[in-house]
Parts: sequence; structure tokens; C-alpha cells
Amino acid sequence: MKKLLNTLYVTTEGARLRKEGENIVAEVDDTERGRVPLHMLGAVVVFGAIAISPPLVGALARAGITLVLLDRQGRFEARVEGPVSGNVLLRRAQYRASEQPDEIVRSIVTAKIANQRVVLQRALRDHGAEMSADHRTAVESTIDRMERILRRIAFTNEGADAMRGAEGEAANGYFAVFDSLLRSPDPDIRFNGRSRRPPRDPVNALLSFLYTLLTHDCRSAAECVGLDPAVGFLHRDRPGRPSLALDLMEEFRPVLADRLALSLINRRQLRSGDFETRDGGAVLLTEAGRKTVLTAWQERKKEERRHPFLDEMAPYGLVPYLQAQLLARHLRGDLDAYPPWFWR
Amino acid sequence: MTPAADLDDPLPISALQHAVYCLRQAALIHIERVWAENRFTAEGRVLHDVAHEAGSRKSRGARRVTALQLASLRLNISGIADVVEFHRGPDGETAFPIEYKRGKPKLHRADEVQLCAQALCLEEMTARPVPEGALFYGETKRRLIVPFDAELRRLTEDTVRAFGALVASGRTPPAVWKASRCRSCSLIELCRPQAMAKSALDFRRRALVAALAPEAAANGSSP
Repeated sequence: MKKLLNTLYVTTEGARLRKEGENIVAEVDDTERGRVPLHMLGAVVVFGAIAISPPLVGALARAGITLVLLDRQGRFEARVEGPVSGNVLLRRAQYRASEQPDEIVRSIVTAKIANQRVVLQRALRDHGAEMSADHRTAVESTIDRMERILRRIAFTNEGADAMRGAEGEAANGYFAVFDSLLRSPDPDIRFNGRSRRPPRDPVNALLSFLYTLLTHDCRSAAECVGLDPAVGFLHRDRPGRPSLALDLMEEFRPVLADRLALSLINRRQLRSGDFETRDGGAVLLTEAGRKTVLTAWQERKKEERRHPFLDEMAPYGLVPYLQAQLLARHLRGDLDAYPPWFWR
Repeated sequence: MTPAADLDDPLPISALQHAVYCLRQAALIHIERVWAENRFTAEGRVLHDVAHEAGSRKSRGARRVTALQLASLRLNISGIADVVEFHRGPDGETAFPIEYKRGKPKLHRADEVQLCAQALCLEEMTARPVPEGALFYGETKRRLIVPFDAELRRLTEDTVRAFGALVASGRTPPAVWKASRCRSCSLIELCRPQAMAKSALDFRRRALVAALAPEAAANGSSP
């Protein structure tokens, strides 16, 4: 029933989008450059100065197609949604559960750390031979350290705060060795620890961009099943923060974003020319670089894998929706826990 | 639990067909509103609404009323009948509801219950007996006459009570996998009756034990 609908990304500055019949038409300099039937779309994401006709905005809202406005660098600016749907009883259950979040947080954090650990194990298995001995040892000891963290939180009664600490500890270890997973000969493409707002190296610029795309998909998934994207479990409420979307995306980050970043760099689909450095040291993807990432992102979302809990094949792009659905089923009392998405 | 609706909020007659088929399906659609999330069905409903224009005309001596609003205060149900024919008899008009269905006649009695609920409303509204009605199936292009006998009336009233209790509780009954019923259910991917029978806690524990087992180490190096 639920189909993986496409997201239309519009990145060309000065493009104009309008509605024609049941199609969305993209024009640049009054010349038609593309045409997509509305029923094929789940979302429209535009970057920077793109003109959108009011009838199109209305048609998207009515059809339940989310319209997201990002700035030129891919930072969130606004979204247009139709009437809020979903179900007040589910939201009440979500709010109640957010007061006692321990078990949901345990699911999210253990799956995130387990998935980060598999990313390291895979890199070691596939490319360990090419790593220097120092790097290999560092990655191996991080894998061990993550195992200890996992045992500490997965099989005990640690509360949400302790698990938040464990999540941070695991992330520190993981990102401390992330540079060792890069195999680009390009001296500029390095990772110097996680930096945000602004990213200070190309790898951080790429990760931030991918996390933005993933946040948007997770937010849509939450809204699609009727959950309130602002009320989270692991992430505490903060005005304007899509805490639930951030919660949902934790278990996908290592697989859907970090691994995609690694393969784009290691296969040299992205090179230093795809990034630009602004005054003050902020590093951003160029427009060509963004296009490469968006194409790869769309392709990755179509790849299918067996869902570990549902035991059926599902494209990566549908996994945030399936997880949101499983979370909703847990909140409504069907499941004794939230079954997170473990990647093997 | 918070009640899903005020008690004097009438139950939609169209929900009864779901409630006969499966109370969980009815709860998912009418309490959780997961159905409404599917925009294709929403679009279908819009089309249906347009086709449902109220009107009245004569046809072979019978007065034929389309999109007639129906309600029963006794049962606390309301809805819209596709068509009601009023057949003229020696002592006045007798209502004869007709419900149009896209598909073909089914083995279960969901369509009959929906029609019978319309008849119960018509009896209360006209204060005259409604002995029978008809289901018209698009695939067979046949009218199937449905007599409103005591058994169908009982099933209909029991369904109204069960569904009313469900709506008042706001709870969704647990999923129970039944191949013959679930396989032809359009909500199976939202309901997931087989997955809902599993323990997610066990799943999480097993997945973690597997992830931490020494043989799961994917680096291929010997310990």
C-alpha cells in the first residue's frame, strides 16, 4: 500500500515551478526543463531562490505532498504542510511515553551504537588491509569499546540520562576513528572531528548535508503515521526542534548517511572541487557537488534489504516510515517495545 | 483511556461493514485514522462525494432518492444511503434501500449489515417497516435482494454495540492473524498482524546478542 514515492529536489537557482493540470512543471528562463505527475511525488525540496506558483503550493498541500524550503546550503527554512492529520489518541500516548522514555531510548541508542559498530567492522573487513597498523588498531579498539558501551546499556536498567551519555561516548569514539575510513588520496578531503554550524571540512559539510536530508525524511515519516515530530524521547523538547525526527534518525545515521558519505568519497564521486571554503572557514558543497549527493541519495533509497523485525524486503527509503509505524504501534500498545532497525 | 468520541456523536453507518469484517480494522480506520493517511483513498473519497449528489426522481412508479441522510437515535448511528426507493403500496410508501458496491458479493455479511443498518434508520424515520433492500454489485451488475430477517437485524445491532464500545474506549484490539481474512484486507501493511504477535523486547535482545557474538565480528581477523 505504502509506496516509496519520489522526492523532487530542485537546485537550479532561478528555476520556476508551477502546476499544469496534475503535473508539476519546472522552467528555467521560460524553457521547460522537467515535468512530473503529482501522484508520483511524496515531497518537493527546493534549494535557495526557486519561484513556486501559489496554485502549485495549494495543490501540493491538498495532495499531502510536503514542500520543504532549504537555503542554498541546504539549511532548513520552512515547510508547507496540508491540514494536520493523524490521531489525537496516538499523540497523547506519545506525550505520556515521553515522560517515561527509558525503554524507547534504549532501543534507539542500542541500535545506533550497534549500527555504528557494524560500519567500523565492515570498513575493517573490506579495507583493513590497506590501513596503517596504527589506524587498524585504533578502529579495533573502538569496536571493542563500543561493545562494552552496548553491554552496559542494553542489558541493564540504565535510565535515559545514562544512555544519552553512552550515546555521546560512543559517538566520540566513532568519530575519532572516522578519518581512518577515508581512502581518498586527496589531502583536502579529511575529517578533523565532527564540526557543525558551520562544517569546517569537506567531510563534515557532506555529513551535515546528508543529515539534513535524513531529518526531512524522518520528519515526514513521523507525520505520515500521525506522530508529533516535535516530541521526542532521546532528544529533549526544545521549541522549533523536530526531536522525534532526530530520535528516529539516530539508528539510520551510520548506515544511510555515514556510509553513503564514505562511499561517495572513497569512490571519488566527490572531490575537493565539489566543495568550497567561505571566509571564516565554513566549508560547503558546490551546486555540482550537491547534485552528485542528491542523485546518490535517491539511488541509495531504492536499494532493498530485509527488514530485521518485519522480516520482509523493504527499500532503504521506506525504513524511516516503517520504523515510525512500529513506534506508533508500540505507543498504541500492540508491541511490548519499540523494535529498532538493526543493520547487518 | 480518553473516550474517542462523545457518546452522542453518532457512529458512521459506513464503519459497520469494517466492524463486521474485523473490529481491529474498524478501530484502525475509525479510531486511529490510519486509513485517512492514505491520500489515494482520500482522493477516491472526494470523487465519491462528487458522485453523491442529493436528488430525487421517479423511476418505474417508485420515487428514487439519492444520497439520503439517515439516522437512528435509538442506535446512535447515522450515514448517507446511496439510493432509497419508496415503493407505493395500498397503505403508503415502503422504503427500499439500495447500496452500490464496486466489487462482487462476498462470503461475509459486512455489506448486508451496512444495508440493514440503513433499514433500521429508515424504520425509525418513517415509522413503517422496511422488510427488504438490495445490494448492487458493479462487477456482476446484479441486484441482490436482502431480506432484513431477525438474524441479520440481531447481527447488525450487535455490531453497532460492539463498535460503539470500541469507539468509547479509544482502544484498538490486538491483531489476530487469520489467513483467510487478513490476506484480503487492504489494511494488512498498516495492521501487520503477524509482526504484532512478536515480542519486540525479545527481538531487541536477540539482535544485540547476535551483534555482540564473537562470530559476528565482521573484520575477519582471528581473535
